[in-house]
This record gives sequence, C-alpha cells and structure tokens, in this order.
Amino acid sequence: MTGAVGAWQAIDWLLALVGLWLLIGVAGLLALRRFDFVARVLFPLGGVVALLVAVVALAAINAPAQSLVMAIGLPSLPFHFRLDALAAFFLVVIGVTTAGVSVFAAGYFRQGEGTPPGLLCLEYHLFVASMVLVVLADDAYAFMVMWETMALSSFFLVTANHRIPEIRSAGYLYLLIAHVGAIGILLCFGVLQANTGDYTFANMRLQELTPFASSLAVLLALFGFGAKAGLVPLHVWLPEAHPAAPSPVSALMSAVMLKTAVYGFLRVSLDLLHTPIWWWGVLLLLIGLLTALFGVVFAAVQTDMKRLLAYSSIENIGLLFAGIGLTLLFSAYDMKPMAALALTAVLYHVASHAMFKSLLFVATGSVMHATAERSLGKLGGLIRFMPWVAWLSLLAVLASAGLPPFGGFVSEWLLLQGFLFTPQLPSSILQMLVPTMAALIALISALSGYTMVKFFGVVFLGQPRERKLHDAHPAGWWERAGMLWLGLGCIALGLLPVQVIGYIDAVTQQLVAAGIGASVAEHGWLLVPVALERASYGPAVFLLGVLLCFALAYLLVRALYHGRVRRAPPWDCGFPLQDARMQDTAEGFGQPIRHIFGPAFRMQRVLPSPFDREPKYAVTVTDHFWHWLYLPVAALTERVARLVGRLQQGRISIYLLYSFVTLIVTLLLVH
Amino acid sequence: MSAHAVISQVLAVVVALALAPLLSGWVNQCRAWLQNKSAPGLLQPFRLLHKLFNKDSVLAEHASPLFRASPYVVFGCMVLACAIIPSLSTTLLLAPAADAIALVGLFALARVFISLAAMDVGTAFGSLGARREMLVGFLAEPALLIVLFTTAMIASSTSLSAIVQTLSAGSPVISPSLVFAGVAFTMVSLAENARVPVDNPATHLELTMIHEALILEYSGRHLALLEWAASLKLFAYSCIGLALFFPWGINVSDSPLGLLLALPVLLGKLLIGGALLALLETISAKMRIFRVPEFLGTAFMIAVLAMLVHMLLGS
Repeated sequence: MTGAVGAWQAIDWLLALVGLWLLIGVAGLLALRRFDFVARVLFPLGGVVALLVAVVALAAINAPAQSLVMAIGLPSLPFHFRLDALAAFFLVVIGVTTAGVSVFAAGYFRQGEGTPPGLLCLEYHLFVASMVLVVLADDAYAFMVMWETMALSSFFLVTANHRIPEIRSAGYLYLLIAHVGAIGILLCFGVLQANTGDYTFANMRLQELTPFASSLAVLLALFGFGAKAGLVPLHVWLPEAHPAAPSPVSALMSAVMLKTAVYGFLRVSLDLLHTPIWWWGVLLLLIGLLTALFGVVFAAVQTDMKRLLAYSSIENIGLLFAGIGLTLLFSAYDMKPMAALALTAVLYHVASHAMFKSLLFVATGSVMHATAERSLGKLGGLIRFMPWVAWLSLLAVLASAGLPPFGGFVSEWLLLQGFLFTPQLPSSILQMLVPTMAALIALISALSGYTMVKFFGVVFLGQPRERKLHDAHPAGWWERAGMLWLGLGCIALGLLPVQVIGYIDAVTQQLVAAGIGASVAEHGWLLVPVALERASYGPAVFLLGVLLCFALAYLLVRALYHGRVRRAPPWDCGFPLQDARMQDTAEGFGQPIRHIFGPAFRMQRVLPSPFDREPKYAVTVTDHFWHWLYLPVAALTERVARLVGRLQQGRISIYLLYSFVTLIVTLLLVH
Repeated sequence: MSAHAVISQVLAVVVALALAPLLSGWVNQCRAWLQNKSAPGLLQPFRLLHKLFNKDSVLAEHASPLFRASPYVVFGCMVLACAIIPSLSTTLLLAPAADAIALVGLFALARVFISLAAMDVGTAFGSLGARREMLVGFLAEPALLIVLFTTAMIASSTSLSAIVQTLSAGSPVISPSLVFAGVAFTMVSLAENARVPVDNPATHLELTMIHEALILEYSGRHLALLEWAASLKLFAYSCIGLALFFPWGINVSDSPLGLLLALPVLLGKLLIGGALLALLETISAKMRIFRVPEFLGTAFMIAVLAMLVHMLLGS
C-alpha cells in the first residue's frame, strides 16, 4: 500500500475496508458489555462497510486483475492478494448479503444470551473479514490462513450459546468436518504446485500437470470444498450447526460461507487447472444431483424451521455443483458458449441463493424472538402478528421455490437451457445422460416448491397452534430494514437478469473464455441466452402481464358487481368442532414424502397400544449416513485410539525408551 | 411489434376467456349424456359465474390479505398462460416473454398461491387439500416439463411458438417419441385439472377431494374467479395438448385469413377433445390417493422414455 490515497486501487480499498471491519471488531471488544453501543452503532457500521465492499468490487469486476503483496505473517512467506473478476463477483455477493444481515443483527442480538455482545461483534466481523480475504487470497498460504480463520471464527459464532450441550456438540461436529476438509484443500494445493515449492496461485496456473495429477487435485478439492459446502456424504454438520447458531450467523454461513467453498472449487477447477477432463463433469453432476435430491427430500420432512432451511441449503449447493459439473463437461469438449451458459447459471444461483436464504434465515430469527419457538408444530398464523416478516418471507419463499418472476427461477431456467441443448456432445451416452438429468432438476425444483409451501404455510398461515403465539410481537425496525434490503435483492435478481448477467459476463470470460453477455445485451429487457428463436424469457413483461390481469380482473369485478364482503367463522364443510390443533402439521406435510421416498430415510415409529391411557405417537426420521458412515468411522477411530493408548504406560523410563528408539530410527533414516 | 401480433394476442385472450367456461360446460354435458343423465345447458358455467359474482363474499374471520389476493393472482396466472400458448396463432405479442419452462413456472406459481390460500384459514380440510395439491403438483410438474423438453428438443427451441411451428411443418405421421409424450401429457393433464381418476370435480365432502378442498372457504366473487381460473386451466392444457400433438390449423403465417380459419378448427378440435375427456372420465374409476404417486410416476417415466426415444431415433 504505497503512494497517496488518490493512487489507491480497488484492491487497496478492499483491504482497507477489511481493516475497518477488524477495527470495529476491536472496538466491540473494548466495549465488551455496552450492549447499545455494540448493537446499534457497531453492527450498522459493519453493514455500511459491507456495502462499500460490494460497491468497490462491483466497480472492479470489469477492470483488469490487480495484485498486491503484503509482507505480513512469516518472514519469507508474504501474503499475496489478487482481485480479478471471479473474486470481485463473490465479493459483491458477500458485501450485499452481509450489509443486510448486519443491519438485521443490529436489532437481533439480545442482552444476556451466551457470549457477551462485544465478543460476538469481534467474532462476527472477523468472520466476514476472513471470508473477503479468502476470496482475495492469491497463494495457498494466505488462502489456508484465512480459511482457518473463517472456520474458527464461525465455530465461535455457532457456539455463541455455549451453555447448551446440543450447541456445543453441534459446534464440535462442525469444527471436525471443517478441519477434515481443510486437509483435503491443503493436499490439493500440494499437488497443484507440482514440486516447484512455490505456493502462489500465479505459479500454479503456469504448471502443466499430468491428467493423473490434475484429476487428483480436483478430487482433493472436491473433498475439501465439498466438506465445507455440504455435499453428500459430508453434509451432516449443516443441519446441526445452522439451528445452533444465532440466526444472523446461520444466514451468513448458509448464504455466504458455503459460497466460499463454491468459489474455492471454481478457482481450482477452472482457473488454476485449465484442461478439464470430461469425467470430472460427470462425477460432479452425479454428486451434485444426488446431494440436491437428498437435501430437498430431507427438507420436506423436517419439523424444525432452521433444520428445514439447512437441508434446503444442501439442495441448493447440490444444484450449484451440478451446474459446475455441466460447465466442466462442456469446457472439456471445448464447447465454450455452452460452458459459459452453465457457469452463468451457477453464478446467478450463487447470488440469488445468497439473497433468499439469508432472508429466510433472518426471518426465522425474528420468529424465534417473537415466539421462543423453533418447532414448526408449535407455530402458525404469524402473518397476522408479524406482517413484515411474513410478507418479506413470502418473497424469499417464492424465490426459493424457483417460481417466476423471482431470482431462483432465472438460474433454474438458465441451467435447464444448459441441460437441454446437449446434442453437440460427442459421446452418445452423454447426450442421453445429460438431458435425463434435466428431468431430475425438474423434480428437485418441484419438490423445493413443496417444501417452501410447507415452511411458509405452517409458520405464517393458518391459526396459531399455541396460545402464547397471540402475544407474538412484530419485528423491530432494524430487523425490518435488514430484511427489506434482502427482499429488494430477491426482487432485483428476479426482474433484472439482463443487467446482472452483464456483470457475470466478465467472470465467465475469465474462466471459460466465453460469455452470454453480448447475446443478452442485444435484446433489451428480454433475457436471450443464445438466440431469440431458441429461448427467451422476459421477467419484467411476465410480472407486468400477471399484474395487469390481476388489476383488470379486480377493477372489472368491482365495476360490474358490488364489492360486499362479510366476515364469518370458517366454514370447513360445516364441521362444528374445530380448533387449531386440527390443522395439518409439519409431520403431516412430510407424510407423503416419507411414503414416496421411504427408502431414503431411517425411520423409527413409536405407536401406542390400543389400551394406552395416554397414547403417544412419534416418528423420528434420521439420516442413513450416520449409521452407514459416521458411526463406523467414529468406532474405528476409538478403537485405533485405544490401541495407541497402550503405548501410554505412565512410567518415565518407558517414555525415555520411546524417545531413544525414535532418535535411533531417525538417525538411521537420515544416514 | 406488428399489428398482427397484437390482434392475435388480443384474440387469444378473448377467445380463452369466452371458450374456457364453455369447454367445461361441454365436458359436463357429454359426461351427463354418457351417464344417461339429462345434461345442463352449455351455458351453465356462465350462469354459475354470474350468480357467484352477484353474491356477497363471505370471508373467514381471520383470513389474511393473502387469502383475498390469491384468487386474483391465480386468475391472472391462468389468463397469462392462455395468452402465451399458441392456440390460434404462433405470432403472439407476449410469446417471447415466456417460453415452455416459464409456462410450467406460471402454473406452479398459481398452484403455490392457491395452496397457501387454502392453508391461510387454518381448517383441517384446507390444509389437507393444500398438501395433496402440492403432492400432485410436484409429481406432475416434472413430467409436464419432460414432455415439453421432448418437443423442445425436436424443435431445438423452448419457445412455444417455435415448437408449434416446427411440429406443424413436420410430416402428418406422428413420431414415436410424440406418442409417448402424448400419453404422458394426457395423464398429467388429468391430474393437474383435478379429473377422474385423480380427483373428481363432481364431488364434495369426500375425504379424497383435492381441488374442492382447496377452494372450500371461498365464496362469492372470489369463488367465481377461482372457478373461472380452473376452467381456464383446463382450456390451457387442452390447447397445449392440441398445439403439440395436433398442430394442424394453427396459423403459423401472418395472414389474417389463417387467423380467422384457425378459430373454427380450434372449436372442432375442442369439441372432440372435450367429448373424449368425458368418455375417459366415465369409463375410469377414481383411484385412492396413495395410488396417485404411482400414476404420476408412470407418467414421468413415460415422458422420460419419450425423450430417450427421441434421442435414440432422432425423431
């Protein structure tokens, strides 16, 4: 960082903004228990900084890449940073999402809940700062340091309410899988530097790896980043950690932190490596679609709001990796425009998922504050008590269900376009396989609609299932403002795909040397990815059409007939006895899914005998992977640990003997 | 924006609004005759709409604004769907704004709103209907998409107009992939329009009802709009089926004469189609709700088969 402020480049500004975040964090630490100052001043300030990050990154997305070397850390290992289009795009997503979530957090955190507010403020800003630096890192060393900072700071955020044992064990699981994944990433970088000993990304880009080495690197990256992103079977931490964390933190983790894993995988597979092999794409497509289907099926049977959303995040991550797989497949066969189309769909979904999922998570936060309930079975009817939260959640729900004219639909539409036009693929098996996968995508998106109707309908509609819900208080203004920002993001992504893709174009140009921006820009408000006669979609016209029909119908009905309305008790086919407990429950909504996808679940039912005085019914649905993978691995680890434990004799002479033997063996080896 | 596109667009919407209740009336008439009953008049659905519009709307005490807005949203979605389906002409003003995938999305949007509205009042029947509607939806939607994908691959375009243009220019001998697609589409349409064997539009107060359970709490003008929307949906599905599998007669050029000729052809096709639907409903029995996933799963598999056949045979 040299020269006057006037000569500063975007990357200098970004690092300065990251520094500001750290300052805010330190200020929080100094004002450890001054709740009002931390919540009402520091968090909104952090949100403003996040917005500035987004603005600076957006301005830099079309600019040439900028690099910077900072001599901090170990003596001969400076940090390299680089801002290119890919990094800038993810920074925009991080910035915009964090801005909304920080403003929400200003009204969310309450006094006297677990970690003191000032410490929470430090951890929170360290977390966002490390995410920005992960994206900016340009050597393996800086990347890993920031990656670990991100994992650790988020671990402390997850365990903010560390007095509850479940939260501690959820945090432990998260930390464990994050670190197992980090080993994969570290080894991947080891392969990528190809024995040159130079761990900068610039050096890795220059290496021409053998197909074996590059495949090994991709598999390691898939393992490492997949553990962070939540690909099956490394997904088990998500449904535990997301409900444990405070809502703004789960929002950031789900909406942004998972995306840094997507970023990392894109960086390795398309930037650091440059000759993709076709089977990488097929492998990713299969794993991605399996993850997505698994996630959405499990989301549909959940009875806890935040677990439901966590599984829905697994679904979206699966779709993203399937899209990356399609990109790799197309670029392996040098079909650049199609690869650009698939990559655009992936990046678009990154942005829209960040918006709607963070909005949904913060909304659950407001609901939990108002009702002290997380279980879907005890909620209901909240649209009457907290209309802001309900209507803004409806936006996110529609976007998440992939319905036009919202953001989720645009990315799904682009992805399906990518899947449909594969006749140019040289292998006939792939020609058949890929469109069949489009069928799975269709099923997954329809199921996500089911899940979202369940989520919104059970939480916000109907009658309150508990008496105390009548006292639910609406969300405060800070919370509303944060949610409104994210809701506007959902709307903008739905209605302005042409403008957004104009920015994404720079990224696809960088990664696959092609883009659909030029074709899109030609047609004004109409989204035309390839050619007008092939496919087009105009969300603004679409929305106008629906609204016009809506308005005309309304006005005509009012003009031609009277508009009288009477209020009466619900009819319900004339059944006289009805109360809130007779509504369909979350379990009821899950029942058809459990019926149809039975083999996917591990179900335990508790049914009473006919003579029970107090009959109890219960069904618990768990994940096969626990029993197939995790419990055996845990048992094996314990067994190995017990074997190793035998070395431990507790006598100093034995330990001295160990040291002596080790020394002799080492000397022999060195000699 | 040619004048022809504007005219055919307006005509398409007007024809849909007018013909949709008549189509429902015609199907009811045919069904009554087949079942040896005396049939209501063809205009009966219009009389029903008129009666409902004149009545007061009775809302449940704690119904939210979502409940009141949903009929308009559903109606708007269905009108827009009818506007973008090339029923009379492939030159439509709104056609570039929504392709086949967006059309399926439009139906899904309407379904989500009607299901949410049914859950809003919080009665046992409403939420039951919502759950079942979404169940049928998530099974039928992928099958419908695959049917449309198959035709989209034939035409190398997902634009409905382009698909119909390609299909109507093809040989009159129907290709094997289209036969499979047609079977799958018929099964999906029966489910989506709440017809026997999935649902029975003529019953009420039956534990297996789907569509009727959804609209149980509606009355007056809101119910009228929903009924009209339901008949528009039947009309839309009929038009998609006719346009994909029997595209002859749809005006693919810009000539006004073709547009005028397309209308009687459409009427004829709808008369035959409606009679066949009534026949199908009469000779089949309603199935248990748990058989519906099997039924629609079969439709999905047949649709995938259609796509594979297209890729194998290239036709």
